[in-house]
Amino acid sequence: MLRREGLSKLTGRERYVDDLPLEDFLWGATVRSPAARGRISDIIFGDGVDWSEFVIVDHTDIPGRNAVYLMEYDQPALAPGYVRHVHEPVLLLAHPSREMARRALREVQVIVDVDPPALDFRTLPGPDLIQYGENNVLKRLSIQKGDVERALGESPIVVEGVYETGAQEHVYLETQGMLAYLDGEVLVIKGSMQCPYYVVKALKPALNRSEEEIQVIQTPTGGGFGGKEEFPSMVALHAGLLALKSRMPVKLIYDRTEDMVATTKRHPSQVRHRTGVDENGRLIAQEIEVVMDGGAYLTLTPVVLSRAIIHAAGLYHCDNVSILGRAMFTNSVPYGAFRGFGNPQAHFAVERHMDVIADRLRMDPVELRRINMIRDGQTTATGQVISDGVDRLQIVDRALALSDYERRRREHWVRNPEHRYLRRGIGMAAFYHGAGFTGSGEVMLDSRLHVEGNPDGKVQVLCASTEMGQGQVTIFTQLASDRLGYDPAEISIAEPDTHRVPDSGPTVGSRTAMVVGRLVERACDDLCRKAGVEIGAPGALVKEAIIAWHSAHPGERLLGKARYEPPPGIEWDEENYVGDAYGAFGWAAHVAEVEVDLRTYDVRVLDFVSVQDVGTVLNETLARGQVQGGVAQGISWALLEECVWKDGAMENGQLTNYIIPTSGDLPPIRVEFVEFPYEHGAQGAKGIGELPLVGAAPAVLNAVAAATGRQPTEIPLTPERLMALLANGDR
Amino acid sequence: MSDGRDDPIRISFTLNGEPTTVEVSPSERLLDLLRYRLGLTGTKEGCAEGECGACTVYLDGLPVDSCLVPAYQVRGRLVETIESLDPEGMAHYHARGTTQCGACTPGVVMTAEWILRHRDRLETHTVRELMAGNLCRCTGYDGIIEGIEGALEDREAG
Repeated sequence: MLRREGLSKLTGRERYVDDLPLEDFLWGATVRSPAARGRISDIIFGDGVDWSEFVIVDHTDIPGRNAVYLMEYDQPALAPGYVRHVHEPVLLLAHPSREMARRALREVQVIVDVDPPALDFRTLPGPDLIQYGENNVLKRLSIQKGDVERALGESPIVVEGVYETGAQEHVYLETQGMLAYLDGEVLVIKGSMQCPYYVVKALKPALNRSEEEIQVIQTPTGGGFGGKEEFPSMVALHAGLLALKSRMPVKLIYDRTEDMVATTKRHPSQVRHRTGVDENGRLIAQEIEVVMDGGAYLTLTPVVLSRAIIHAAGLYHCDNVSILGRAMFTNSVPYGAFRGFGNPQAHFAVERHMDVIADRLRMDPVELRRINMIRDGQTTATGQVISDGVDRLQIVDRALALSDYERRRREHWVRNPEHRYLRRGIGMAAFYHGAGFTGSGEVMLDSRLHVEGNPDGKVQVLCASTEMGQGQVTIFTQLASDRLGYDPAEISIAEPDTHRVPDSGPTVGSRTAMVVGRLVERACDDLCRKAGVEIGAPGALVKEAIIAWHSAHPGERLLGKARYEPPPGIEWDEENYVGDAYGAFGWAAHVAEVEVDLRTYDVRVLDFVSVQDVGTVLNETLARGQVQGGVAQGISWALLEECVWKDGAMENGQLTNYIIPTSGDLPPIRVEFVEFPYEHGAQGAKGIGELPLVGAAPAVLNAVAAATGRQPTEIPLTPERLMALLANGDR
Repeated sequence: MSDGRDDPIRISFTLNGEPTTVEVSPSERLLDLLRYRLGLTGTKEGCAEGECGACTVYLDGLPVDSCLVPAYQVRGRLVETIESLDPEGMAHYHARGTTQCGACTPGVVMTAEWILRHRDRLETHTVRELMAGNLCRCTGYDGIIEGIEGALEDREAG
């Protein structure tokens, strides 16, 4: 099926929040902290504008609790006198003219009595830097399997490595934006978001309003990648506060720089590996420490850390594993959800480390992976028995065959010594990603979904899942039409409006097709049951039955309902991090071929092959697009994207100096799917959105290692870093 | 108090084939004029500094970033936006995954259509090179390039 909203996007007719027709409204703007940490001693309003024309909101205007609630109440909506990161919101302004609102921002001076900021997450803070708990540790987690200390002591070879990754900005092409207005006594929020019910959850305590008094509607969303998971709650709250105070509609649209410097990013990380292996390359012990920069507020950091440590040992079997995870408070912009959610950091380290081990053993890195790759019946670090029937070696073999790995490798060995300044290399990464929420997370979400049969026999899916480019509207249409035997044109997907649709959970974590899609199928079945027609009956009969039901029940609604039920046999011990972390894993292998220019230290990716098991592929074009887009973000995280920091502020908040790839910077990304259906996912689907990003960076860096004979350990591997690495020798 | 620098300027130009007359302020961008005053919201703002191409329109037939064009400069000229394109021509883009989130898409399609109308450029450049002025964060560009290649083959055959 073709992307349902595709034509309206291609022709420019799709209306995003900033495209909605609106009259008599105010433009909102956000005054932010200039300092990373300190007490606000004064706010000076300059005389360049007439302040009587402005609506001004500060923390005292917040009717309820001053917090953007998701996991904790720690992050203020507006700083109440003390700031903890640069660009923390302090005041809100609104004016009928956008130009005047922007001018006013330049007229306000927030004066901060600066305290020393904690800016390095890698070292434990001195006493003057402590601001969270005893030692700025936001969260500690641990996984223990076997006896690592003993096993390391008995290992003939121990290989150590330290791997670091930088912050990454989402750069969704549509910036954050919200519209807020009062409809009677209901506060209506419309805007760009992944999770309408997260916005409701944040607004209720802050505005002291009930769910009935807050209506959140998602508008077509121009990219999310996790950046519109939790952050839109902040923008919505700000727009809402301005609308409540002014009693006028308020539009709050971030410009690119504000969006880049002030919103969440991917957590920077430092991961240490100490690995015991025998001479044949068999893993004996893995000791791993994952440290992440959480930034100034909690956001979703504990969950990101959790996903990171669960995946940190890679897709290998090892009897002795110790993984310690620690997320640190710093006075940086809060880090948050970003496609992969901790797993890209974990896999950058472990998949880079596997090549380092292979190098030490003088062994083929593919062979090292083959020997240790988890087989059915073996267990992950949390003790989860893998028994999904997926042929992981087949995935690796397919990626090697498609990329012509062996032949290229031999060609490079011949070619590299002959060329004056170009070095080619080919590298691979094998990896996995748990789909859906971790452990008992899906049970706690308690997702619900309705499928409504209308009097004319047409059907509408009511859910809070959102379309942000990944194809949710198309996939849900397909699933409902297949299940009911309907023409897709007779299926509609309701606008995500919290006053109309049930809470089917957030659109995150590669859960939508697999988990919520399964609810679509089950709600369709329930609709058939209620309409009195056999499940699986031809569409014409289902339609007839729906029409007949309405004749017999005039004025009533015919709703097929489904509520999440966990697959049988899943057990997770949240206290000890033992058990079945995920119902299903997607498995994949990437192969990257690169060319390094020793004159410029530029790394060019010449070829990229991705083989993925995402269960049943529901829509080939959409699935391929997910993989290619994820890989592109992973390649550019590895090579291009660097947040430059100065005193806690991102200095390069523009697309001219924060570089994301153009078409010219990327090779064609060649994708193949190997399908191992998952019986509890919709039509056998598993998660797809995050998996492809996870292994891209290590594949690229392993190729650089093959090309240069050096072992890079840090990304982004900018030309400057590569130059230092090649000049200084191994590190 | 006015020294005339902020006085509105009256301009006439051709917008999507229609004669158009408006008053603009000296600092007004073509992008804002189109989006907020003329209701042509198909043209998107992505970066406001000529880097991403989401705001691409044709000015006298050439693709330009409308965020960098002062509105008064279009006086007497031809401006064409995404709204002027024939939806019939979108089939290949639709089928091959050219659009995902859609925020870069109108700009991408404007550049793509310009390539289709200027095939001689393909003698010296690849589609991949010609598309390097439009940033997309969703597709990894393969869906865009394949969509254009499909349209090229189709219109050659037609």
